Amino acid sequence: MPVTYYIILSAILFTLGATGVLIRRNAIVIFMSVELMLNAANLAFVAFAKSYEALSGQIFVFFVMTVAAAEVAVGLALIVAIFRSKHSINVDELTSLRH
Amino acid sequence: MTVDVILFFILALISVISAVSMLLSRNAVYSALFLIINFGTIAAFYLMLGAPFLAMAQVTVYAGAIMVLFLFVIMLLGAEQLRLSQSIGWQQPLAIILGAILLIEAGVILFSTQSTAALLPPFSTLNSEAAGPMAIGTALFNQYLLPFEITSVLLLVAMIGAIVLSKTEKRTG
Repeated sequence: MPVTYYIILSAILFTLGATGVLIRRNAIVIFMSVELMLNAANLAFVAFAKSYEALSGQIFVFFVMTVAAAEVAVGLALIVAIFRSKHSINVDELTSLRH
Repeated sequence: MTVDVILFFILALISVISAVSMLLSRNAVYSALFLIINFGTIAAFYLMLGAPFLAMAQVTVYAGAIMVLFLFVIMLLGAEQLRLSQSIGWQQPLAIILGAILLIEAGVILFSTQSTAALLPPFSTLNSEAAGPMAIGTALFNQYLLPFEITSVLLLVAMIGAIVLSKTEKRTG
């Protein structure tokens, strides 16, 4: 089966993630959509790694996973800190830089 | 239609449906659970693409660690559902149109005649042994040693950052 199928699926998942970032107002769900986009990119990496018989694509997926884990740790800490000061994680209500 | 193709389409359907449900569900806990289903199907795709070690890493790191962190924070904040607030009315339809444009753009790039031959070579057979834990470990500790070490610094920074950000402020003046 051709690698094109995987790339199309990856594009669809990436688009869904990007749309999710735009339409949702809950900061945690926006964050989950970003994770979905990262996973779509990872799927394309692995598909191309198989298609070119190269291991480098799979190694890159490891680095992307590490960056995603670090991003989630810092991002969720930020969301908790914002919730403490504003008592909301609705991104429409977070309009001021100081409190 | 071989078994591979049928399996791919079933898993792709589950994957897309769970992603759409994640976007549409009002409750953030349901969104997180749908995302875990999506990560599971992606792990299955990694297995089909001859990357068994990555599939296991996907299940343990994403579905195991990251999503548990998400669920923990959702329940800690009690932010399953947002109270309705007025948002810009035309913003959501515009976002959906922009998403559709992005998808069409990707399709055009993929199917345009002159780039298809250059971008997508025929599927070759990288067997599972070539991408097993041993091969990945060898590549990681020889060819990619410096990025690997930088990654450890990144994780340390993230750890310290998370601790500093979630620490309660002491009002000392």
